Amino acid sequence: MEFETVIGLEVHLQLNTCTKIFCSCRNLFGDQPNTNVCPVCLGLPGSLPVLNRKVLDFGIRVGLALDCEISPLVKFDRKNYFYPDLPKGYQISQFDFPIARKGHISIKSSAGDKRIGITRAHLEEDAGKLIHNDQNRSTLVDYNRTGTPLVEIVSDPDLRTAQEAYDYLTALKLVLSYLSVSECDMEKGSLRCDANVSIRPKGDSKLGTKTELKNMNSFSAVRRAIDYEAKRQEGILLSGGEIVQQTLLWDDARAVTLPMRSKENSHDYRYFPDPDLVPFVLDPAWVIAAREALPELPTQKLSRLVEHYKLNIYDATIIIQDRELADFFEACYLIYPDAKKIANWLNGPLLKELNERKCSLHDLDLLPAVLAALIEKVETAQISNLAGKEALSLYLNKNGSLEEIIRNKGFLQVSDDQQLLTVIDEVLRDNPAAVAEIKSGKTNVTGFLVGQAMKKMQGKANPKKLNELITGRLQNE
Amino acid sequence: MKLYDQTAQKLKELIASGDISPQAIQQAVEERARAINPRTNAFLRFYDLPCTQHGSFRLPIGLKDNLSVKNQLVGCASRILEGYRAPYDAHVVERLLESGAILQGALNMDEFAFGSSTETSAFGSARNPWDTERVPGGSSGGSAAAVAAGQTIWALGSDTGGSIRQPASFCGIVGLKPTYGRISRYGLVAFGSSLDQIGPLTKDVTDSALLLNIISGFDPKDSTSANCPVPDYTQALTREIKGLRIGIPREYFIDGIQPEVLNAVQSAVKLLEKAGAQVKDISLAHTKYAVATYYILATAEASSNLARFDGVKYGRRAQSRSSGRPAIIDLYETTREQGFGDEAKRRIMLGTYVLSSGYYDAFYLRAQKVRTLIKKDFEQAFNEVDVIVSPTAPTTAFRLGEKINDPLSMYLSDIFTIPANLAGIPAISLPCGFDSNQMPVGLQMMASPFAEETLLRTAFAYEQATPWHTERARL
Repeated sequence: MEFETVIGLEVHLQLNTCTKIFCSCRNLFGDQPNTNVCPVCLGLPGSLPVLNRKVLDFGIRVGLALDCEISPLVKFDRKNYFYPDLPKGYQISQFDFPIARKGHISIKSSAGDKRIGITRAHLEEDAGKLIHNDQNRSTLVDYNRTGTPLVEIVSDPDLRTAQEAYDYLTALKLVLSYLSVSECDMEKGSLRCDANVSIRPKGDSKLGTKTELKNMNSFSAVRRAIDYEAKRQEGILLSGGEIVQQTLLWDDARAVTLPMRSKENSHDYRYFPDPDLVPFVLDPAWVIAAREALPELPTQKLSRLVEHYKLNIYDATIIIQDRELADFFEACYLIYPDAKKIANWLNGPLLKELNERKCSLHDLDLLPAVLAALIEKVETAQISNLAGKEALSLYLNKNGSLEEIIRNKGFLQVSDDQQLLTVIDEVLRDNPAAVAEIKSGKTNVTGFLVGQAMKKMQGKANPKKLNELITGRLQNE
Repeated sequence: MKLYDQTAQKLKELIASGDISPQAIQQAVEERARAINPRTNAFLRFYDLPCTQHGSFRLPIGLKDNLSVKNQLVGCASRILEGYRAPYDAHVVERLLESGAILQGALNMDEFAFGSSTETSAFGSARNPWDTERVPGGSSGGSAAAVAAGQTIWALGSDTGGSIRQPASFCGIVGLKPTYGRISRYGLVAFGSSLDQIGPLTKDVTDSALLLNIISGFDPKDSTSANCPVPDYTQALTREIKGLRIGIPREYFIDGIQPEVLNAVQSAVKLLEKAGAQVKDISLAHTKYAVATYYILATAEASSNLARFDGVKYGRRAQSRSSGRPAIIDLYETTREQGFGDEAKRRIMLGTYVLSSGYYDAFYLRAQKVRTLIKKDFEQAFNEVDVIVSPTAPTTAFRLGEKINDPLSMYLSDIFTIPANLAGIPAISLPCGFDSNQMPVGLQMMASPFAEETLLRTAFAYEQATPWHTERARL
């Protein structure tokens, strides 16, 4: 029997507002434990939550960017459960009125573009962080993270392969990164993903029993975990067993999913409206303003780069992977309007530098004008392509201004006819055999002579110019 | 003249005229408080705070043990909060300190305000100063007893279903539950968050207006506090009630009311009519559902509000029994089993039940709908009348132990006070006589949202025409 995998993803995104969702503590994790806390986020008796406007704004932005309907009513509910990282014994979340619902996002699949539905996106508060000490079997709690604003984005069960899940996450992260509402860093925990996985005989419309996968620390771990889980479920069904609905933890080192708690299904969260946060009707003007303030999104930017700058899809796709890079591209173009050349430099040498340094564009001290000037020097043959790349690397290593580097390193190419001809004449004299071959029609030997001349000039000659001059010289003879 | 028996208004005048110093008052009241506390058990503990030197009301005040005072123990009369010191001041405490108030100490109450007699306090019941074999009412019984006994000049309580008004009635003083949202709840340990409201317990209506002036107003830290202006409530104390429309809800005059209570309230209505008010019968049709509705909504909210008391972060932490279960589960269960009293457990279980999946619609959701109907009853009634008058409680103070083993009959002592909380409207209780045992009877007045001025004006007119507020318990 052939099976089909059905996957829905739940993505938790930490929002990078200055302050927490219900209090004015700094929204910073990683400081000294329990320093960014107050009676509200510690859930001390008598404290009360007050909604951070900015969080609502970010939630609306996320909803709009995913083509969702925005809820006209803003309402928060309590999700009740006991856990030491949850200081109030309940999490403030949104149950029946998520801020956004019924959206979608497109992914590229083998069969072309595929639209993945977004069931809902809702706002909630993050819990604290437990730090387990295995040596003395104790657990410490850092409440700095409690009250960090989260938006949970739930997809429809539209994904059919682990690769599609990976592509969905990639597409989602790209859109979210354009909104500047989160660091979107899975390793640092600002983006977390749980997967609901079930399988069914191909052609069936009824969903199989699902399991929930947690503890994946990267997009590729999500892909691996889903692949593993689908095969595990298939094995169970094929041997006549039944899938148990449960939560499983992905163990990346051992590459297996393991049950988390046995009585998971008995959880009853007893959701009810939080009486401390009175529901209110969202001013439609707010949503309109948020829509107008939305940045150009990746798909829009892609079409514009292709249409306006005549970039090919390949180049444009690379450039839009990073909103900063795309902005940088456009800034360079204003100074040196050759889109293809700029794209080559961005997608080649610049990305290489970024990868090597494991940093992003804003970490580099690089102005568009500097790169544009560099490209221009290469294109006008003042320096060679190779020297250009080296100059960029040196520049980023803070070896002085571009001009200084080119001068000090002697990158400037010699294009002066007189100087070059002196060398060329020496080369022609020293290589009579080659000269004879060219004269007999083997013009490709010219390259050899260019190489010889370049050697004598220690690589500083303009190769194009050399070629021209040698050819000219031989024709005149 | 016993200083501790005076009203805040009178003492303020004495200070202003230079006849007496705030220190002398403080000393007299503190002496009185300590001397008779063994008999009233009104104060659970006295605060250790520096003296204030400034402010317009440098008078001692007692606070219910569910109000947070920075660096002081706050216990809600429960063992589970043992050792917990609030690291911040409640909004009302900030207001009091700005006014120069001398915060005396924490007043006894039913554990987490769950009760109508203070008998559920983990530290023993407070006693009624008129008869120490009787309860002072609850849950703000310590607040009412302390004011009535002269252990403090005035006090703050909290009212979720009558917890200010019923003890005020039992102790022969004035208790006001303001409109929901009039006073910030920030720093009040929550019981039923959609019902809780802080309010004054005072010797007379004037003091009630004075204290309301101090504690009212918008607080950005409480999303449910109302951002509307606060009038000077003392300006409402005009005695002028000619043409005032008073409604008598027939659903509040039912079998089972103590006859002396009924007589006293009926006499009060006649007096108001004589003073120029128009009295008419009205109906609040859904009154009979109020107690049931309340015990669903209040316990649902309480079950969630009390989840934070788990032994992990503050308060009491039970020793693990090493039962073979995960240590954290054991910690939760043992801490809560040992830390909460019976009534708290009963309400947590009730609230957990009504929110459980499969029961939510039948209980919580339906109760919310009934709450809306009760609110509408009042809206309609206030189209016809300005003030609704009723008994505060069906009886005067009962004996200690009389109802503690019968939760249902205990719950019914709040039958007339609960509707105002469900509707969010202001209500006041003031003395209107005594029964044959010389126990005070309380008169309740209710008004529409933010009509505290109407309420105070009516109450003041009645009070000034009667001698009840001048009576003091002999203790």
